[in-house]
Amino acid sequence: MLNYVLGRLLTFIPTFIGVTLISFSFIRALPGDPIQVMAGERGISDERYAELAAQFGYDRPIYVQFWEYLTGVLQGDLGNSFVTKRPVWDEFFALFPATLELSICAMIFAVALGLPAGVIAAVNRGKFFDRALMSTALVGYSMPIFWWALLLIIVFSGNLQWTPVSGRIDLLYYFPDPTGFMIIDSLASGQKGAFTSAIRHLILPTIVLGTIPLAVIARQTRSAMLEVLGEDYIRTARAKGMSPGRINGIHALRNALIPVITVIGLSVGTLLAGAILTETIFSWPGIGKWMVDSIFRRDYPVVQGGLLLIAVMVMIVNLTVDMLYGVINPKIRKR
Amino acid sequence: MSLNKIMATGLLLSTLGVSAQAQTLVYCSEGSPEGFDPALYTAGTTFDASSHPLYNRLSEFKVGTTETIPGLAESWEVSDDGKKVTFKLRQGVKFHSNDQFTPTRDFNADDVIFSFDRQGNPDNPYNQVSGGTWEYFGGMSMPDLIESIEKTDDHTVVFNLTRPEAPIIANMAMDFASIVSKEYADAMLAAGTPEMVNQAPIGTGPFTFQAYQKDAVIRYLRNDDYWGDKAKVESLIFAITPDASVRYQKVQAGECHVTAYPNPADVQAMKDAEDIVVMEQEGLNVGYLAYNTQVAPFDNANVRKALNMAIDKQAIIDVVFQGSGEIAKNPIPPTMWSYNNAIVDDNYDPEAAKAALAAEGVTDLSMKIWAMPVQRPYNPNARRMAELMQEDFSKVGVDVEIVSYEWGEYLERSKAKDRDGAVLLGWTGDNGDPDNFLAVLLGCDGVEKSNRAQWCNEEFDALIQKAKVLPTQAERAALYEEAQVIFKDQAPWATIAHSVVYMTMRPEVEGYVVHPLGGHIFNQVGLSQ
Repeated sequence: MLNYVLGRLLTFIPTFIGVTLISFSFIRALPGDPIQVMAGERGISDERYAELAAQFGYDRPIYVQFWEYLTGVLQGDLGNSFVTKRPVWDEFFALFPATLELSICAMIFAVALGLPAGVIAAVNRGKFFDRALMSTALVGYSMPIFWWALLLIIVFSGNLQWTPVSGRIDLLYYFPDPTGFMIIDSLASGQKGAFTSAIRHLILPTIVLGTIPLAVIARQTRSAMLEVLGEDYIRTARAKGMSPGRINGIHALRNALIPVITVIGLSVGTLLAGAILTETIFSWPGIGKWMVDSIFRRDYPVVQGGLLLIAVMVMIVNLTVDMLYGVINPKIRKR
Repeated sequence: MSLNKIMATGLLLSTLGVSAQAQTLVYCSEGSPEGFDPALYTAGTTFDASSHPLYNRLSEFKVGTTETIPGLAESWEVSDDGKKVTFKLRQGVKFHSNDQFTPTRDFNADDVIFSFDRQGNPDNPYNQVSGGTWEYFGGMSMPDLIESIEKTDDHTVVFNLTRPEAPIIANMAMDFASIVSKEYADAMLAAGTPEMVNQAPIGTGPFTFQAYQKDAVIRYLRNDDYWGDKAKVESLIFAITPDASVRYQKVQAGECHVTAYPNPADVQAMKDAEDIVVMEQEGLNVGYLAYNTQVAPFDNANVRKALNMAIDKQAIIDVVFQGSGEIAKNPIPPTMWSYNNAIVDDNYDPEAAKAALAAEGVTDLSMKIWAMPVQRPYNPNARRMAELMQEDFSKVGVDVEIVSYEWGEYLERSKAKDRDGAVLLGWTGDNGDPDNFLAVLLGCDGVEKSNRAQWCNEEFDALIQKAKVLPTQAERAALYEEAQVIFKDQAPWATIAHSVVYMTMRPEVEGYVVHPLGGHIFNQVGLSQ
């Protein structure tokens, strides 16, 4: 197992360098120049332009800039934002817990509902429940996030007033946030009602962000289960008189999990993409909106640093998924 | 603020429940501030969160007007040659304090000198702190204008200028001229954390800074030592809410008291709603189409005027602004002093336009219209606007091709003297002074720079140059009014629209005034029980 993990870690190195290069060149490939964008209609004199270019360091040849960026990254320095002038690293870690908290909740929501829904649909293949579930999943998958979010806000926050419109907690509550995870910090604050408020604020964004992964997981579980349910050993188990619950729950599901876990791993990337819209609509202070704003402002250090950190996160998640394969299927870890 | 204080405030607020809420004004703002030192930044969103609640300036804009009134300077005097401005400073003004800093002295001349010196003097230790680029200080030509700033005594400072400049008092009321504490800056420099001046701001304003959680919420407390009229609410909260539809839902649900920038499509529903009050005012901006007056046939004023008559501006207001705009006839907005209301606009008349073009011998004209790729208050959808103009011009036999570039490219290329085509652009005022529109956008110095019409009219230029140095507003206004007559006669632009700014709020909000300079100011806003 150790060799397996080390081997996987080694593949990190070329991926890491590749991501650094791509994130560095991606933002520079876009037309537009941060100084012109910053100056706007007011314009900027040539002398001032040259001064700023020198200050930001991009009057130098591109390969020098890349080398400096790469050496900076290896020393843990991602540079400072052109706009806020603060270290990219600090900004990322101030915002990331909010994205992570929301993503975890969305993933729990998607797995907790998607997995049983897929199993039930597979077991009841072709029946009404299966058809209804799979049509709903298709609708969920095709739903534009923006529209879905506004619809939920209008119905549940506007008309029914069951949930708050946006934000992470009622503004009435104010306490230190050492972890950045509102659920934990609100519990630790000991303030009455703070935890409930944090949970209430999580409901709608979790549903919105979790909808697409939920649909994908349900469909994937169903098809994987159907495949496994057709295998010989399942028939044998049935013939031996094993209870359907045991067959479906233990023998079939465990073997069907490999493709499902792959999908869950891949959904992490989708979650981050979905977080951009979800965070904007629900005023959720995470990294999605931060990245989009930076692209519009051509804030090079933030875009390249943010992309790199997100890529590293996704790489870590994928490594975890690969290790889970080993746990579920011993054949993989021995290979 | 110490941890204990934070906990205490939180507990207090949560146990007081509703009554605590009544003392807290929540403003749902449209975005995050870039930082809290106004001189470092240029965005209105940043100024709303920094210069208005936290700082003061030597002169201030009277809220709701573009008129300047005394701020941290009790009075000022301009020398006869206009090159020396003496400010008498207010005494007994206290700076805020925080965990790391408690002031030992009141505001004085050293703070004024430091506030400007750091922006213009590369040797000042704060010149490079927080990546200082001092865009506004440079943009308002302060480095060329200010020769030196001298302290006569603790409560008197003299600005020596290189030339007379009437708008200097208005410039001193701008956000970049906010006065920061030298004592705090020195203390932070000694502690090795100079960036705290930007991150944990200390000012003299009506509110003190409590906390900022990036992209989520900014908290302020009333400054009970404030030298002027104290704030009406105990605490002020900015809940950062980027999506306009969500802001609408939040004000409706009572989660915020005041919001700005509604979707134009929602304005009517908001006006009809019982629990929402909508205020409106023309913004201090203008959207225009600038012809290139150096290239034939647009070098002929009659051709430009004919084209202006071909544009159906009302259709643009209805379609592009969805009603949240007003037709512009002058290059300055109607809320600005010296606005010449006697001027008659070129009326929409395609037949007359066609005849006028024929009279000038212009037939089979084809031209380009440049459409901006970004949304601006003065032009929410340039592409759509260009399409409407394309249709209007086709009715008078002019063929239009629409072009666009990435925003930075657009700004750069549109400056070229030989530019092919007329450019859609606009301007939002900085200091409420007509000079900030007329000289910047139409003066001879602006050719190949901010003067996109490349228009240099000697008569017009002489008037605005003269107006810049006259001592009284009345004298200056007379010249600016005359300059607008020349502008209309020569038509270097088609003036299109001034946007209308909407503010939406709960009925319990009292004393909110829409500010023509665009800021959202809560110093004197209260809540009825």
